[in-house]
Amino acid sequence: MNAIQTVNLTKNYKKSRGIIDLNLSVEKGEFFGFIGPNGAGKSTTIRTLLGLIAPSSGSAQVLGMDIRTDRENILSRTGYLPSEAIFYSGTKVRDILKLSADLHKKDCREDAALLCDRLQLSLTRKVSELSFGNRKKVAIVCALQHSPELLILDEPTSGLDPLMQREFFSILKERNSAGTTVFLSSHILSEIQHNCTRAAIIREGRIIACDSVDALSKANAKRVNVRGSVHLQEGDSIRNLKKSDDTVSFLYNGDIRLLLKMLSEQNITDLSISEPDLEEIFMHYYENQKRSVPQL
Amino acid sequence: MTLLKHELRQGWKSLIIWTVSIGFFMAICVFMYPEMENQMDGVNDMFSSMGSFTTAFGMDRLNFGTLIGFYAIECGNILGIGGAFFAALLGISALAKEEQERTAEFLLTHPVSRVRIITGKLAAVILQIHMMDIFIFLLSVSSIAAIKEEIPLHELCLLHLSYFFVQIELASLCYGISAFLRHSGMGIGLGIAIVMYFLNIVANISEHAEFLKYITPFGYAEGADILVNTSLDMGKLLPGIIFSIIGIALAYWKYTRKDIQ
Repeated sequence: MNAIQTVNLTKNYKKSRGIIDLNLSVEKGEFFGFIGPNGAGKSTTIRTLLGLIAPSSGSAQVLGMDIRTDRENILSRTGYLPSEAIFYSGTKVRDILKLSADLHKKDCREDAALLCDRLQLSLTRKVSELSFGNRKKVAIVCALQHSPELLILDEPTSGLDPLMQREFFSILKERNSAGTTVFLSSHILSEIQHNCTRAAIIREGRIIACDSVDALSKANAKRVNVRGSVHLQEGDSIRNLKKSDDTVSFLYNGDIRLLLKMLSEQNITDLSISEPDLEEIFMHYYENQKRSVPQL
Repeated sequence: MTLLKHELRQGWKSLIIWTVSIGFFMAICVFMYPEMENQMDGVNDMFSSMGSFTTAFGMDRLNFGTLIGFYAIECGNILGIGGAFFAALLGISALAKEEQERTAEFLLTHPVSRVRIITGKLAAVILQIHMMDIFIFLLSVSSIAAIKEEIPLHELCLLHLSYFFVQIELASLCYGISAFLRHSGMGIGLGIAIVMYFLNIVANISEHAEFLKYITPFGYAEGADILVNTSLDMGKLLPGIIFSIIGIALAYWKYTRKDIQ
């Protein structure tokens, strides 16, 4: 059984595009990444799965249950971390965690205490006085304390400092190896690359690629910047070639040794090879889409 | 139960402020009564001869010279308007505030059905109105006892009961509207309360507008009618009960199918 399964899931908003014919399947126990720029439909997908909004057409099952008819059962076995953690003003961290546990009809004090300790979150602070990152921690504890079978995380690391991000991902990995399915939505590619086994890329409401992270990364090009007098031709492995005074920039998609060999024979003074930004990866997948239908 | 407790916790400050403000304002008026009673003959004549102003507030049929007559007018204005504002604000904000303050995402991603949320919040609204009315009633009775007047319990109960119904009706109507809103509906809530209040004044002034008494809840909470008949006018109360049910039904209908932003 899949943890998440959508069939032609579509959500139209009155004015704007939501998601179109989304087919997604996340197996139980997977650490699944969901990548896309802001406004691509990531949050719309998640909000539909959680029953905050009703789909216009298509169907979806979460943990084998229909999102239209089994909302409560789905939510009782799911932990959700929203991208913006906002709580009732005037309440303390402890009150929020208690309220969340009560709504789950569970006593989560032990788990909550452990998580707060690891995330260095004080229970007695008022949520309205917390920084964005600390509010995020409250939301993390709310999502995790009732030991859900499925974790849905919407841009979870925004606001967390690097140390906290590391701690957070180590908690996620522990949960994942204990059997929890993790659905991680993000626009930060490295987060997905380092943690997920499989990922889907969404753009303008449609899934344009879905594969193992390794396969997606291999297909990924590198952004190469070279300073010096370089003579290059656009071709299969070199695309998006941009030249200015003494710098050349291009996307390289091929054997990295060949690139280095080729560059070493020319008169270059500086070189940087970096991950292309997300927009460039989308371009890459868009070009692929034109050439051939991508595997979905 | 969790939800109800949570709602009451969120609302207790505003409940106390409104209750104490209205309650003490009314008590002060009661305490002024013995002072005014001595000069009441002149006052009564003056108030009953101000033309349409007199009819607007039902003062042509009320005797300002008796405690209950004085109380009905005072009650009509302080508890009538104050209570209506409070009830309308409670009703209009109950559902909409979750989206306005963006806590809806937190609440609605917990395993609680929409129906239970609507019911819990409605129960909190109605309970808070009860608490306010009971406190104000007790305060009124004690303040009348404190000025050593005889307590006209039957009339007092009827007056307060009528305003309780006014508040329930306004809160229910606003609750139904609240389900459609994404932002603060405070203006709408207060607007409805004020318009309803003025509809009753219009109905008092003009005989052609008598039918308005069946639309506004203040129609069945008219102090003069209640004291003259010593009963509530079921003919006017019934439409009010129907409006309340429609408001509540609307909330259930809309909120169970609403997309939460």
